[in-house]
Amino acid sequence: MKHFIAFFTLGILVGGGLKSQESNPGVVSGNISVLFQSYEEDSLIGAVVPPGKSGLNAYSNLIYTQGNFSAGLRYESYLNSVLGFPGRFKGSGIGYRYARWSDREVGVDVTVGNFYETFGAGYLFRSYEARDLGLDNAMDGVRLLLNPIDGVAVKMIYGKQRLDFDSELINGDGIVRGIDAEVNINDLIPGLEDAKLRITPSYSFVSRFQEGGNIVKDTLILELPKNVAGWEYGATVHYGMWKGGVHLTKKINDPSADNGYIYKDGEALMGYLTGNIKDFSFLLQRSITDNMSFRSDRDLLLFDTPINNIPSITKNHTYNLAATLYPYATVINGESSFRGELYYNLKRGSKLGGKYGTKMNLVFSTSYSLDTTNLSGVEGIVNGYQRNSWGFGDSLNVQDISFEIERKFSKNFKAKAMYMNLQFNTLATPVTTDFKGIVFADIFVLETQIKTAKRQSLRTEFQALFTEQDKGDWATAVVEYTWSPHWFASIIDQYNFGNPDEAKRVHYLYGSAGYINGPHRLSIGYGKRREGIFCVGGVCRAVPASSGLEVTFTSSF
Amino acid sequence: MHFNFHKTSHAAKSLLIAGVMLSIIMGDSYAQSIPSVRLKDLTGSTIDTGMLENEGNPIVICFWATWCSPCKRELNNYMDYYADWQDETGVKIVAVSIDDSRSINRVSPYVMSSGWEFDILLDPVGDFKRAMQVVNVPHTFLYNGDGELVWSHNNYAEGDEEELYEELLKLAN
Repeated sequence: MKHFIAFFTLGILVGGGLKSQESNPGVVSGNISVLFQSYEEDSLIGAVVPPGKSGLNAYSNLIYTQGNFSAGLRYESYLNSVLGFPGRFKGSGIGYRYARWSDREVGVDVTVGNFYETFGAGYLFRSYEARDLGLDNAMDGVRLLLNPIDGVAVKMIYGKQRLDFDSELINGDGIVRGIDAEVNINDLIPGLEDAKLRITPSYSFVSRFQEGGNIVKDTLILELPKNVAGWEYGATVHYGMWKGGVHLTKKINDPSADNGYIYKDGEALMGYLTGNIKDFSFLLQRSITDNMSFRSDRDLLLFDTPINNIPSITKNHTYNLAATLYPYATVINGESSFRGELYYNLKRGSKLGGKYGTKMNLVFSTSYSLDTTNLSGVEGIVNGYQRNSWGFGDSLNVQDISFEIERKFSKNFKAKAMYMNLQFNTLATPVTTDFKGIVFADIFVLETQIKTAKRQSLRTEFQALFTEQDKGDWATAVVEYTWSPHWFASIIDQYNFGNPDEAKRVHYLYGSAGYINGPHRLSIGYGKRREGIFCVGGVCRAVPASSGLEVTFTSSF
Repeated sequence: MHFNFHKTSHAAKSLLIAGVMLSIIMGDSYAQSIPSVRLKDLTGSTIDTGMLENEGNPIVICFWATWCSPCKRELNNYMDYYADWQDETGVKIVAVSIDDSRSINRVSPYVMSSGWEFDILLDPVGDFKRAMQVVNVPHTFLYNGDGELVWSHNNYAEGDEEELYEELLKLAN
């Protein structure tokens, strides 16, 4: 920590010194974001007031750049953290800091301190920040990026991972080190640089060190592996705008809290293809992940120190009811999944397309359990189960089919409609405690936008979700008015009109207004916030219901 | 360089304030240029963002994602005017997708079906996003022909394209 503050100060001093010599003094850029909430009790929606009565999360990033050198830090405050955020994030201090030297002529880029990085498709190594979710597994150590020759990119990482924050950064237990190499064959061979066919093979290796010891399982005493290695072979092929790829990832025995301390190896296979034929474009993706949870501390769960990230197969929905009631998260111990997406554009000026054209898309995604057999005896205690095939198991995790159509009718009016059919297994992704089993839901959305005057527009959304299970039917209405480029106001009402318990048929009304000036944005909102679920790469976090005032401010400079 | 952080958290705060003041002081005389990060485009070629140029004409850099509705509204609206803007101001629009491994493969089919003619870059790790101090999307930046930042806007509302167009005209004249 101390070295980085010193580094940063040094950077600024050097910059200041150089300025007096009228050479390039370097540039400081930064951003600020503040989220303040104050709470009121509301027994109807189950909103409680925390002892501090309010919450504040604030962040500021600063980067100083001078030529090839840059240094940055993030100052964080949780006073106390807002409801639903990991409550153990406490106090104020520096949660991220680094110094970096990068010379593209030489092909060397070195970072000391914190950094984020991803190898390949992220199935083996992905360090990232999803701040809204309270997930941050930033690396703290050294990153070296090398481009020794055109077409060859090598990444080396070595460090610990962020686990917690209590007035300063707290890293997890294990040490993560890895190397990733990617070769762009077209850039290696003269004459192929501009070829339509581009082939890029890649290889990654990651290893985690954590002190071991023994565990007792049934009648056996087993030794925990101190070093756990994983590797990924990947290949990406581009042909014009067509693209396909395959990633095969393996990991050696890694008994952990996630997998019930079994010694089975981990394996993942993912392949995809995207392309277009005439006015159709498509995406096909198939993936199987088996026992691939990988953390820098084997005893931790949920959002804590994941080394890799297995993304969810379902579409990242944007409409409130589709996005927040039943969000799917990858089943971390294993799943077999598929998605297919089809996009079609009825051209402008065509008979069906109308003056401005019409866009349609159909998305199908599904995930099942793996095809496995449980083992018995000593084998069962040690390895748990065996996988019989690369196919699908018997138990459905999720099936999500959605169709969307969007059309601009005139200069001043456009509309979008969506239908979604969902089957969601709440035993696989535990997003609710009210119902265990498969929720069958139909969701309808109609969105319209009308230009009411020069630079003014009115946007509305009407959404309905119908289901016999869980909390029953929901409806949402959104009305938003904007005065470009500075002002906006919106009201959202979510109504659980079909809840089997009549006392819970509640309106969640929330209003907000805000001001935007260039890169600065202030918004103030008041009302009831429904309890919700945030999910990412295999884990979900519940945000409790709350009621009260919310102020957000973001700015960059 | 012996610093004790616990005793000097005030120092850290002062540092932060100092940094902010420094940027304000320097903001006038030294404009920000496009930071250098290596990203891929949709054909798999690697592009260094520090080398982005447009023959002395303006460049618009627009951060977006396939899951961000206002971002898509913004870029679809720009597309309606892109040919005219290019004729009048020579502008080039670079749309940087921050989609991560979950949705990165949706970028290409969405772009193809939308008929976007912008340069598309992929920033799945977020290195460029962080270097540009983007907090949330959409966030749009306008650079003049000398590569200096002249205007930026966070969020998108219908009609914001008119403000961008006015800024573009100022650069063209």
